Amino acid sequence: MSFFAVENLSVRFGGIRAVDDVSFAVEQGEVFTIIGPNGAGKTTIFNLISRIYEPTGGRILFQGVDITHLPAHAVTQRGIARTFQNIELFANATVLQNLLLGRHTHRSTTLFEEVLFLPSVRRAERAHRRKVEEVIDFLDLQAHRDSLIAGLPYGVRKVVELARALCTEPKLLLLDEPSSGLNVEETEDMVFWIRDIKRLLGITVIMVEHDMSLVSKVSDRVLALNYGKPIALGAPGEVQRHPEVVRAYLGE
Amino acid sequence: MRFLFRTDYNQDIDLFQFRLDRFWYGMLFASLATAPLWLDDYWISQVTYVAGFSISVLGLMLLAGFTGQVSLGHAAFVGIGAYAEAILMQRGVPFPISLILAGVLSGLIGAVIGLPALRLVGIYLAIATFAFVIIVQEVLTRWESLTGGNNGLRVPELTLFGLAIDQDWKFYYVTIVVAVLCFLGVVNVLRSPTGRAFIAIRDSEIAAQSLGVHLARYKTMAFALSAAITGIGGGLFAHKAGYLSPESFGLIGSINLLVAVLVGGIGSVHGAVFGAAFIAVLPQIIALLKDLLPDALAHQPGLEAGVFGLILVLTILFEPLGIYGRYRKLLFYVSIFPLYKRATFKRQKSYTRTERVH
Amino acid sequence: MVEFVQLTVNGIAIGCIYALVALGFVLIYKATETVNFAQGDLMMLGAFIAYSCIALWGLPYLVGILIAVAVLAAVGTGLDRIVLRPVVGQPTFAIVMLTIGIGTMFRAGASMTPGWGTETYSFATPYSGSTLRFGTVVIAAEHMTIILATIGLCAGLFAFFRFTKLGVAMQASSQNQLAAYYMGIPVKTMFSLIWGISAGVAAVAGILMAPISLVDINMGFIGLKAFPAAVLGGFGSIPGAIVGGLIIGVIEALAGFYLPAGFKDTAAYIVLLVVLFVRPHGLFGQMARKKV
Repeated sequence: MSFFAVENLSVRFGGIRAVDDVSFAVEQGEVFTIIGPNGAGKTTIFNLISRIYEPTGGRILFQGVDITHLPAHAVTQRGIARTFQNIELFANATVLQNLLLGRHTHRSTTLFEEVLFLPSVRRAERAHRRKVEEVIDFLDLQAHRDSLIAGLPYGVRKVVELARALCTEPKLLLLDEPSSGLNVEETEDMVFWIRDIKRLLGITVIMVEHDMSLVSKVSDRVLALNYGKPIALGAPGEVQRHPEVVRAYLGE
Repeated sequence: MRFLFRTDYNQDIDLFQFRLDRFWYGMLFASLATAPLWLDDYWISQVTYVAGFSISVLGLMLLAGFTGQVSLGHAAFVGIGAYAEAILMQRGVPFPISLILAGVLSGLIGAVIGLPALRLVGIYLAIATFAFVIIVQEVLTRWESLTGGNNGLRVPELTLFGLAIDQDWKFYYVTIVVAVLCFLGVVNVLRSPTGRAFIAIRDSEIAAQSLGVHLARYKTMAFALSAAITGIGGGLFAHKAGYLSPESFGLIGSINLLVAVLVGGIGSVHGAVFGAAFIAVLPQIIALLKDLLPDALAHQPGLEAGVFGLILVLTILFEPLGIYGRYRKLLFYVSIFPLYKRATFKRQKSYTRTERVH
Repeated sequence: MVEFVQLTVNGIAIGCIYALVALGFVLIYKATETVNFAQGDLMMLGAFIAYSCIALWGLPYLVGILIAVAVLAAVGTGLDRIVLRPVVGQPTFAIVMLTIGIGTMFRAGASMTPGWGTETYSFATPYSGSTLRFGTVVIAAEHMTIILATIGLCAGLFAFFRFTKLGVAMQASSQNQLAAYYMGIPVKTMFSLIWGISAGVAAVAGILMAPISLVDINMGFIGLKAFPAAVLGGFGSIPGAIVGGLIIGVIEALAGFYLPAGFKDTAAYIVLLVVLFVRPHGLFGQMARKKV
């Protein structure tokens, strides 16, 4: 049994098969990357996993449990966190508030306790804060703790989003184009962080990415998609040289 | 400029971050507590009105300012709270309990209306709540056996633990205590996970959901909480007014609440008080100005509404964060004097935010 | 049975007014995602201007109408230029409140205008008082004009959006601002023009309604009934708005007669709530979702 598996997953929007009978399995501790030209259905697969779209066919299994029809918020509770291609942060809140929201699934207090702000709430808040500070240290976000997201540069927002996902203490992390919009230096940092997430935190990563140098530096295996269909699967170098993949990127 | 050197997580969790804040709020409470000693009845009655109305505004602020849901129907909750309070008191339910029940009833109706409403986005929600306020107003008018219909309903005199609240200053204390409790409750919620989840829903539903926020549950909760607080404000309004009739709780009432939220400063708890004060003070300022204006203009019945509309439009165009936003800028200006730059608060250019998929 | 047909016809006539106001909402909403709560007040303004031209200055009926529509179109365009453009990208809430504020100012302005004020005026038309007879069903000329004018106006608008270059450019701007802009369409100007058209349509609605409801500064509140109409139609669909308007008009006429008092004014809203709870995006609306 695989750690995470997608079986015959399909979704149609009108007449377009955005994801067409895709199957793959990810082992625990792996960095698994999905590549493909624009419109190949990479992000759609993420949206299917995090239950933003309803698949028209197939199954998604996580730790042996079928999560295909869980409500979206329950997917996170199982230990799957994600980031977004175009950054979906809470723009009118501070970095700290954003990260504390990452702790939402670990919420232990009831509304009643919170209205009165009983000592139990304070205790829980302190515990969340400690966890958040660990992540802040891990990703070097100390300088931005109290900044509003709306005032932060793009590169930092990208890191904050990653941090927020880590605050949920995920077992599986979905990264949607972690390097898009980052400069060379920031991309280098991202390479280190993804490696550390795998090595130090032991989190399994599925990633959608365009930057081939980043892909080959961090990935264990790569899946190439075109028009919603898988065309190659294997080690980064192999897939990059695969004739179908070359054709998909360069045309006939 | 004030800096906070943090040595403890509690400093971020506490109600007041700065020692100075504690001092100023202490002063505020001291002056509120002693107000009847140094203010005459007219001003006490004004402050009572502002405090009571600010509770209702706070309810809407929680929903519109912190959860990002527009409601054109909140006057209905003021009405439900007010009528519930009056009818419960008529039936002999003692005061603090009747007010709590009025709040609970509003909250329940809020949850019922919120439950289906959470599938609605943006403008659909606004219009559904708009339909709600009109229907509630009609029910209040037609259910004559309970509400007295258009003849109105007399609110029984308030007694608290056998003590008649028959003077302005006594009711003043009742209102202030209720208001402080409501504000404290809301601030507490806002600094705990539930409040953060509300803010998350306001800023990005998709991201909130991907962090495990159960959208339906939290939106219903926000709706219920907001309706309950607004209803408690309504209960106090019943006693302040002494006499209820359905026309006070229509669309215009809802719009007044929304204007208070916007002019006061959307997304801030302080804004609820500023907004309520604005709504209370504006008619009086206009009445004073009337003496200064030329006769032809001063006696126009539309003057007040016109000024009201104008201020609303100007606020949205030039100071989207309302009075509270202006107040913050002023504080900032003073604190870093003379280094203030206009650009500090310059708004970023924004583009049409679409909820549609192309 | 005759009674039923009679009520239905009256309902359709009122429904046409709702449909025209709803049409204005939808045009603006499709283009700019702004809901214009001042639409009813634009309608009031149109009726007052036509009233001034015809009753106060003695201009011929049609000339009065043309002037009112032209003035309102200019007002609509101006509103977009001056007030709405600076708030592009602000939350829906702020924009809704902005249009409510504008509506309040229009009402206040009308009440302060010499010759208008807070009184109620009747508005004579060349066809006032005459009726048409179809068997046992009697239709007042005012109702018939409303129905015919609505059909004419809708056909005109349809042809405009379908067959003229300008109309197609407007549709393009509504559907995808960026793509339209890249194709060289002056999107901002298109939006202003759409506001102009909406305001013009509102003026027509006001003028058509004037003979049956009289002219006063609060006549715009009738425009609020156009919300249920627009929502029933899905808020993004022009045919939907028209069908929605007719449905609301007919339901209201029938409810006013067959149901106890109180339902006449609330029927539209009850129907609206029921429809929204069953189909959150209206009868003809599509599910829209943000892309991530």
